[in-house]
Amino acid sequence: MTMRLTEHEQEMAAGLHGPPRKWAMEMLMKVGTVFDAEDLVEISQVHLMADTEATGEEGVRFVEWIGTHEPSQSMVRVPAVTDPRGADFTGYKRIKQPEKFIELERRADAAFRALGFMMTDTCINYQTINPPVQGEHLAFGDTGSSIYANSVLGARTNFEGGPSALAAALTGRVPRYGFHLDSCRRGSTRFVIDVQPNGLSDWGALGGIIGRQMKSYWEVPVIEGVTSAPTSDEIKHFGAALASFGSTPLFHMIGVTPEAPDLGAVFDGPAPEPRRIGDSDLAQFYKDFGPKDDKLDVVVFAAPQLSLFELESLARLLQGRKVNDKVTLIATTSPEMKSAADRMGLTSMIEGAGGIVLQGVCFYQMHAREIGEANGWRNLLSNSAKLVNILGGYGYQTHLADMAACVDAAVAGRIGA
Amino acid sequence: MSTRVYKGHVGTGAPVTGEALVASDNFSARYDLDLVAGIFSRPTHALHGQSYVGKILILNAAKGGVATAWMLRDMKACGRAPAALILNFANTIMVQGAAFADLALIDRFDVDITTAIKNGEPVAVDPAAGTLTVG
Repeated sequence: MTMRLTEHEQEMAAGLHGPPRKWAMEMLMKVGTVFDAEDLVEISQVHLMADTEATGEEGVRFVEWIGTHEPSQSMVRVPAVTDPRGADFTGYKRIKQPEKFIELERRADAAFRALGFMMTDTCINYQTINPPVQGEHLAFGDTGSSIYANSVLGARTNFEGGPSALAAALTGRVPRYGFHLDSCRRGSTRFVIDVQPNGLSDWGALGGIIGRQMKSYWEVPVIEGVTSAPTSDEIKHFGAALASFGSTPLFHMIGVTPEAPDLGAVFDGPAPEPRRIGDSDLAQFYKDFGPKDDKLDVVVFAAPQLSLFELESLARLLQGRKVNDKVTLIATTSPEMKSAADRMGLTSMIEGAGGIVLQGVCFYQMHAREIGEANGWRNLLSNSAKLVNILGGYGYQTHLADMAACVDAAVAGRIGA
Repeated sequence: MSTRVYKGHVGTGAPVTGEALVASDNFSARYDLDLVAGIFSRPTHALHGQSYVGKILILNAAKGGVATAWMLRDMKACGRAPAALILNFANTIMVQGAAFADLALIDRFDVDITTAIKNGEPVAVDPAAGTLTVG
């Protein structure tokens, strides 16, 4: 099938607006062809994931190549912001991050700035930068930000990984397929929860339980039985875990999310038989990430980056206490929230207790394998279901607990304190 | 030996031939691979410890995050990429990564491709036609 292009799009595809926009159009059309897109849709903002562990040097070289063209050919066409980077230039030495990674990260940072990207370095842009509105077409490049924008805010995006988000920024467009279309946003699987999650790690666990059952990117889970609306941070952890375990860009939560006032609004015809999730499922999930012994090396609060409210909770839990000398406690947040936390005294409360607050990064996006080896970290405790899922492949023994239990363990120097 | 042909959706990338490495597990480059060693590193993955370099990698569904969209090109530049990615269900990230890397990718077959093809079989991948030919 041939995609319909406007006159301007045809000009970009023909190279009349320079090689970078020609490359971008080719990228959009290749992807659009695989997913049967009939045309392109204009987008209002771009969120680009481009930590250097993911880009490698090859990816950075490519972005630098775009920057070799004159601005009329290489600058972004819509507001474009960035996901967490691979290094906090103000704090990387505290976690013994090798200099070779910092050098590449500085090159990437400069290359994206040259194209007009705003270096927000955050995965919680929907909480802290410019929250989308219902029906807005986007090119979001982090699974957690995409699922939140689609589900909680009713905006429309596919997962746009770095190269396609870059192509979207250079053209102001994405192929119109998937979650830009009404037809893809209908529910496909129904879950009824018989247990009410309590706190961020429970919400993340619930997302993980459902995510494990997702068969493909196109499956849209519908969740019933939530008796009171979760907070922004709770549904953030739910969505991030669901997207991480399942590669899922959209969920509907009956009575909570905007496209799901009731079952009839999300299913065509009778709703399918529900799968039920109860206490035992939640307990089993924690058991799957339970410790084999009480050894503890590092406690991490990240994935997603912490909101101001989460930083405040962490600061209060650490008040008057001291992180054990054998343990490193790390919290990651966005530069904006770090600045706010500095101003409000939260950073000094966390760091006064022996913790480390990093900005513009997320733990798994800053060469987690190498920093683990450099610091001797193996047993990791977190309240993020997403993080404990990802880091299993990085040589860590990962364990899940709620924020208070994580802090207790960090202070005691062992899990199960 | 008889030839078998499996039809999927039109994919992306150039035609390629190679030896199949097959599992019914899912796939994410960031979550599952040690990119330096060129092996599957997630302990719970069926292919844990095995090299994927130069293989026609045949797995069930794309899972996890967005990093694979960048990673495939760098893996190819470093000479440590699979020759092709064949999935029952790709997600957008796998397709974007394959398009960026010019790596062959096909998905959405009329059978479960992870059970149709055996480990070690020789496979020809034709993304423009959306076909896998075995034997």
